[in-house]
Amino acid sequence: MARGPLFWDDVSGHRAPLQHTLKIVLNGSPSELADAMSVAELIEDLDLSPEQVAVEVNGELVPRAERAAHQLAEGDAVELVTLVGGG
Amino acid sequence: MRSAAHSETDPMTDPTQDAPLILGEHTLSSRLLVGTGKYASFEETAAALELSGTDCVTVAVRRVNLDESKGPSLLEYIDRDRYVILPNTAGCFDVESAVRTSVLSRDLLGTKLVKLEVLGDKTTLLPDPVGTLEATEELVKQGFDVMVYCSDDPRMCVRLAELGATAVMPAGSPIGSGQGVLNPNAIRIILELVDACPIIVDAGVGKASDVCAAFELGVEGVLLNSAIALAQDPLRMAVAMRDAASAGRQTFLAGPIPKRLYANASSPTEGMIAGTSLPSEAGAS
Repeated sequence: MARGPLFWDDVSGHRAPLQHTLKIVLNGSPSELADAMSVAELIEDLDLSPEQVAVEVNGELVPRAERAAHQLAEGDAVELVTLVGGG
Repeated sequence: MRSAAHSETDPMTDPTQDAPLILGEHTLSSRLLVGTGKYASFEETAAALELSGTDCVTVAVRRVNLDESKGPSLLEYIDRDRYVILPNTAGCFDVESAVRTSVLSRDLLGTKLVKLEVLGDKTTLLPDPVGTLEATEELVKQGFDVMVYCSDDPRMCVRLAELGATAVMPAGSPIGSGQGVLNPNAIRIILELVDACPIIVDAGVGKASDVCAAFELGVEGVLLNSAIALAQDPLRMAVAMRDAASAGRQTFLAGPIPKRLYANASSPTEGMIAGTSLPSEAGAS
């Protein structure tokens, strides 16, 4: 799976890989992702069916075809919606 | 004749048949549009939809519940080959959220059909007229087929049709109120003034007679949800609504007799046997 670049801790000098967390707002709640990821990877990470959700990042639709290419950035507001019963 | 205005063909010569209802790219046999909210279970939803005979079902767009353990989805109970799915913007109180919700639903379903609701307040759920007009204009511009929930104000309905609405859907009475069509004369005037798109009564019906009365006025469709879902027996009510839609629509197409104050005998008035004349007539003849 494609991941973001590795970050190295150059303060300690140990050059150990540092966990790169990403803070986003997911459906209105602050959320921390363990790694940089794309919209498609977020859907997979949350164990959601890709065909049953639609995604908005910062108020803009991320079309189905662009989910894999759309990398999430620090502070992104992500809305994940689905269909429910309604009139 | 209005009944033919939104159909591909003339009203059928076969009296058991009706022309289909055309909504954008979709052709519907049933003129009843049924919501999927408030049912006790997805199984009950599916059974009620089937019994209602509907071809078009409404759904709402909501945030994925990330806390809930993953259960089945409504989509697994609705056969997309059988029903046209009509996503709504229920719960939107401003133009921006209604447009965003529509954009999300189009991506989710791959359909450009949307039921637009821009509401004014949470108590009445009455549509906000200015927001509804603005959102209709924007969605039409973005290529949506917009079915617009609105009030039964005839001029409002004219304006929505002029903006290019796919259907104009005046409320019979407030959503979920079960009060029926409170102002049939407004609906009549709307039907007179709007000829560019179908008129569908959306919201407020409670009983089969409400659905029947709406169709008798000449509307092209009725959209309902609570009337079935919250009935004591939703499945039986679904059947009642199916039959009411058919009865009301057929009554409209058939053309009912005008109301009159006095009786008009169905049996011949000539050829009566002797001694049956009214006393007042006996001496005269």
